[in-house]
Amino acid sequence: MTTKIKSFDELKSIQERLKAGRDPKKPCITICVGTGCLAYGTQKLVDNFRAELAKRNLTEKIGFRTTGCHGFCERGPMVVIAPDKIFYQRVGLEDAAEIIDKTLLKGEIIERLLYVDPATGQKVTREDDVPFYKKQTRLVFGLNSKVDPESLDDYLAIGGYTALGKALTGMKPEAIIQEVIKANLRGRGGGGFPAGWKWDSTRKAQGDPKYVICNADEGDPGAYMDRSLLEGNPHLVLEGMIIGAFAIGSSQGYIYARNEYPLAIKNITLAIEQARQAGLLGENILGTGFNFDVKINRGGGAFVCGESSALFASLEGRAGEPRAKYIHATDKGLYDKPTNLNNVETWANVPFIIDRGADWYASIGTAGSKGTKIFSLVGKINNTGLVEVPMGTKLREIVFDIGGGIPGGKKFKAIQTGGPSGGCIPEQYLDMGVDFDELTKIGSMMGSGGMIVMDEDNCMVDVARYFTNFLVSESCGKCVPCREGVRRMRDILADITEGKGQEGDVELLEKMAAAIIDGSLCALGNSAPNPVLSTIRYFRDEYEAHIKHKRCPAGVCKALILYSIDPEKCTGCTLCSKVCPTGAAAGERKKAHAIDKALCTKCGACRESCKFDAIIVR
Amino acid sequence: MEQKVKEIIQHYHGDKSYLVPILQDVQKEFNYLPKDALCAVSTQLSVPISRVYEVVTFYKAFSLKPKGRYQLSLCMGTACHVRGAELIAGNIESILGIKEGETTEDLEFSFETVGCLGACALGPVLVVNGEYHGHMNIAKSTKILKKLGKKGATDDDQD
Repeated sequence: MTTKIKSFDELKSIQERLKAGRDPKKPCITICVGTGCLAYGTQKLVDNFRAELAKRNLTEKIGFRTTGCHGFCERGPMVVIAPDKIFYQRVGLEDAAEIIDKTLLKGEIIERLLYVDPATGQKVTREDDVPFYKKQTRLVFGLNSKVDPESLDDYLAIGGYTALGKALTGMKPEAIIQEVIKANLRGRGGGGFPAGWKWDSTRKAQGDPKYVICNADEGDPGAYMDRSLLEGNPHLVLEGMIIGAFAIGSSQGYIYARNEYPLAIKNITLAIEQARQAGLLGENILGTGFNFDVKINRGGGAFVCGESSALFASLEGRAGEPRAKYIHATDKGLYDKPTNLNNVETWANVPFIIDRGADWYASIGTAGSKGTKIFSLVGKINNTGLVEVPMGTKLREIVFDIGGGIPGGKKFKAIQTGGPSGGCIPEQYLDMGVDFDELTKIGSMMGSGGMIVMDEDNCMVDVARYFTNFLVSESCGKCVPCREGVRRMRDILADITEGKGQEGDVELLEKMAAAIIDGSLCALGNSAPNPVLSTIRYFRDEYEAHIKHKRCPAGVCKALILYSIDPEKCTGCTLCSKVCPTGAAAGERKKAHAIDKALCTKCGACRESCKFDAIIVR
Repeated sequence: MEQKVKEIIQHYHGDKSYLVPILQDVQKEFNYLPKDALCAVSTQLSVPISRVYEVVTFYKAFSLKPKGRYQLSLCMGTACHVRGAELIAGNIESILGIKEGETTEDLEFSFETVGCLGACALGPVLVVNGEYHGHMNIAKSTKILKKLGKKGATDDDQD
């Protein structure tokens, strides 16, 4: 697309032309090249496909598309073949030729590349029948597999920018805001604040210019849905932002992205360029006289910059310290001008609301939380990946039906939601429907949608120490209760994991938590004690085992555990003695080995190497 | 050095609000942030050196010390943590004889732990000069260090 589109009608005719030029029955190879799959070395597979197609003169006959993340990261590299949507997983980098020759040319299915449903042992041929996908509602994220993120034509061919055309030509800004309020779209970045109200406040605020910002500083460890949206479908996010800017009356937007997300930055940069050339961004958008442009800014790797006022400071080129919010960002935000900040996923939902209407949108989800939510399901789970479900879906369905349960037959212990400031949810709440309010009720939160599954081998005191440690290094240092209090909590937790815990430590932690929550300015400090409080609430027995009995029930905390070898299980294969760096694990070939406790550094190498599960950690 | 800084600043049209990305590009160029480069940024952007220093020491991505030839980043995101990343960090530290965030004296190896890399299906993940190594464990990390020429890293070719 090189000429500017001058009207909504012209946009519609271009969409029609592009759609007509695409035969849905034409065979097409789709391959995921999101960051997750690229880490498997997928680029080589892409090159092989291109070369093999060219070699056979098939580049015209067979379509080939690289797309963003499909979500099923566990099973990458992934290839989907249209029109039948044959799903190949864990594809070898050298499998390209075989797939073309057998599946595309002869219609044969390559059995070894099919997904096997672990529940039934059956092989699954079509993508839609894979349990991981089948039980999801992939409203926003599902588009990722339909577009090449580098192609504006792809996005237009699936009706992209229709919502923008509709908003700009047929709706008044106030009506757009009312629609978003009616849809009850709540911020997907953590707070869950109704986006429509925020837009409304920014629109009504005094001051010029007004800014709209897309928060793509996804800092929660274990959450990567925003990156995958920005990288897999950048035009969708951009379209949402342009609609928002029109409704709010803004002419300048920013995308604040993590520097650790180079592919997302590359794709959104390209999308902005394409949208400008096509007249969808910049001056006189779609010939309506509306002007709006977007700049990209890269973050410096500070978790606190996900907080709005810290993010503004960073955008202005300063250290990202939050400020008191007596005055809302909607009145005085970036450069003290009215500013509307929403995260990537929130913006990506906007085009759906405008295109299909608030009533339709509000029909999905629960009473207080509408629409779908993308979760990143990670940790001790069989199907690691990005999962999109309607608000209100039960945790059990997400973990067991979609996620496929816990690997190695281990027992579920907890699921952590809401990032470092969220909480750990025990088994008793697995039948709870997940939405903003329910999670808050049980001491956790939605956050940006990270879900980390933990099994019986994870120590909850260690997990609390891990998160607190993360927050110690990420606290900006402005408020003393957060800077010193969280550090002190970390030290107490470290003592407990090192066997130096004392009676009364748990109560002290609870007391400190209350003071930190009261005495910190921003959400980082306010929620920093959450991981500690929620683990105390649900796993107090583990704290007590550490403090009173100097035991780590999960076998994680080094100071409280001993390594030994089960003579019944040990076959004397000598593997442990080879990997042991200190010579602690030793014994004669074919005879049971033993570990010299005085030499053992508890590095875990023997346990990892043992094929007979003979290493006992207790 | 001044010339290089000038080129980078020109790319951002001398806009002060781009201080963070400018410093990122400078670091990319020199592998760390040398004092002279910071002074050049300060002068050319007309931002006080104290402000530049504040920003550099605030954000984790910046380093005031030179980094090693091989830069090892171990993901310590939650998913990697629950899959045992801490034991791997311990192994790498003991082999290299440095702590997380440090560089070996011969400037061969730098080791750092990072927040989530968003490749959770591959966790634990070790990144060596930008290349991802997934499903990391203690033995594999030893092997990688050995391959990169670190003496004292023993392994028995078990994988």
